[in-house]
Amino acid sequence: MRTVKFLLQKEFRQIFRNRAILALIIVMPVMQLIILPLAADYEVKNINLSVVDHDHSPYAQQLVAKITASGYFRLQGYHASFKEAYRLIEQDKADLVLEIPRGFERDLIRNGHQQLFIAVNAINGTKAGLGSAYLSSILRDYNDGIRMEWIAPTRFRPAATIEVIPANRFNPLLNYQFFMVPGILAILLTMVGGFLSALNIVKEKEIGTIEQINVTPIKKHHFILGKLIPFWVLGNVVFTVGLLVSWVIYGIFPQGSIPAMYGFISIYLLAVLGFGLLISTYTDTQQQAMFIMFFFMMIFILMGGLFTSIDSMPPWAKAVSRLNPVSYLVEVMRMIVLKGSGWADVFPHLGAMLGFAVVLNGWAILNYRKKS
Amino acid sequence: MTLREPVITVENLTKRFGDFIATNAITFDVYKGEIFGFLGANGAGKTTAMRMLCGLSVPSSGRATVAGFDIYRQTEQIKRHIGYMSQKFSLYEDLTVAENIRFFGGIYGLSNHQLQSKSKALIERLGLQAERGKLVGELPLGWKQKLAFSVSILHEPRIVFLDEPTGGVDPVTRRQFWALIHEAAASGITVFVTTHYMDEAEYCNRVSIMVDGRINALGTPSELKQQFGEPSMDGVFYQLARGAKRGD
Repeated sequence: MRTVKFLLQKEFRQIFRNRAILALIIVMPVMQLIILPLAADYEVKNINLSVVDHDHSPYAQQLVAKITASGYFRLQGYHASFKEAYRLIEQDKADLVLEIPRGFERDLIRNGHQQLFIAVNAINGTKAGLGSAYLSSILRDYNDGIRMEWIAPTRFRPAATIEVIPANRFNPLLNYQFFMVPGILAILLTMVGGFLSALNIVKEKEIGTIEQINVTPIKKHHFILGKLIPFWVLGNVVFTVGLLVSWVIYGIFPQGSIPAMYGFISIYLLAVLGFGLLISTYTDTQQQAMFIMFFFMMIFILMGGLFTSIDSMPPWAKAVSRLNPVSYLVEVMRMIVLKGSGWADVFPHLGAMLGFAVVLNGWAILNYRKKS
Repeated sequence: MTLREPVITVENLTKRFGDFIATNAITFDVYKGEIFGFLGANGAGKTTAMRMLCGLSVPSSGRATVAGFDIYRQTEQIKRHIGYMSQKFSLYEDLTVAENIRFFGGIYGLSNHQLQSKSKALIERLGLQAERGKLVGELPLGWKQKLAFSVSILHEPRIVFLDEPTGGVDPVTRRQFWALIHEAAASGITVFVTTHYMDEAEYCNRVSIMVDGRINALGTPSELKQQFGEPSMDGVFYQLARGAKRGD
């Protein structure tokens, strides 16, 4: 154990001497938590709409006014022909073209129905999908409006309508930040822990000090412990800084058990650090370690349920995501922060994470060789 | 050498990397308290042989013991009894002189009391009192090498392995370095040293010269000079190494 003490002393001295790393560890979470939630917002606004109005009737004007009043659309202008409006799509100046046919108002009143044409620029799939959905919903609303206008005075055959009123539990205002911030904190923790530990041993390999360590009687598990503990402590510091930032800036305070949260984070950090160490035992240069870590990070993040729901993935992808530690953390963070979960709720996750930690660290110790 | 007690015994030690035989059935003994020069041209297989003896590399065949321990099965015991300083500078440059001494002394299991007295003595011997709190990375190369050597024998090992310890160091510092080596040998530490400087070979009790993975000559410097009919070790080395097929 005395050996571990000397190893820890050395690691902490080296970390605190490296001001760049230290600043990164504190500044990175703060900056990312301030910037990223603003960018990772699925609400689509400022959809550029161009209108081709062949009718020029009061109804057509009312419709356009209703659309622009929704706040989601930005009217790029009226165009004389579809061809002209389509050119704007080609130039990426418009996302949607709404074409109102000649005789829109007249036919609507006379025949009781009318068709509108919407052309969508589907290059940005999210914007296109949501844009046309918003527009359809506004049109339906508009449609209901005119039906009521005609039907109400006659009181004849009132149309049966089903209206659905959703209640959003745990996040009543569907505030995107509430959803994203805990997840981003989870990713941050993974990045800091994974990269720092992966690069550390490899750095010793690169500068040759590992050789000096390998001719000493240091035991493998002591050496690994000496590397794990400092980063484990740092990870907890980064996480706490992140929690404070999200509380101060976004007013997000965990609804559930904070001890359960730290309990889970502790095990999670062991798993992620173990993964970093494992990579460092397989690589010889920091460059290799960096690229391999990056490869896994991309998968971990994109399949971690932060940006897309794991439930909507195909079954094989769902199975893969069960092997992704990030997916557990994102889930647990949201459970504890938003839903108010406690120890009992995160117990299965805790068990799984313990498994990750044991397997990854065990593997790293086995694969760390003092000789070739 | 009155006692001639062997501390390293090597018998037909071989290391292959695929088809390449880095070290080809070498056999020699090193005796307690001697300075053993392990010479050879670049690529002759010196470093490979040394790494096997230090337990950093597993031999392909042959037998060897270091400090009485087998190099296949007892590498961890060997590591307690040896010091090692490699060609690649191997102290932590981002730790100070005192911190490096403390760290390496500590992991060899020195007590706090020993650490204190030994690091004080070491710093005084090297005249580094003013530099004690400086980062090792800021020291000139010669000082770093002397410090690395002193740290490698801090735990009083039975044998110290030095892999080209004076590479790139000025002549004055080299002389000081060898004074340290002689001091260590006088205190009973066996010194196993590789070098490319033939004047340094003259300082050794015995030298071996490796050519293409084999030991082609072994003896005291005067024996070798006589054997090869050369006035200096330079000439001996040149005669042997000229025939080498491997180079850098």
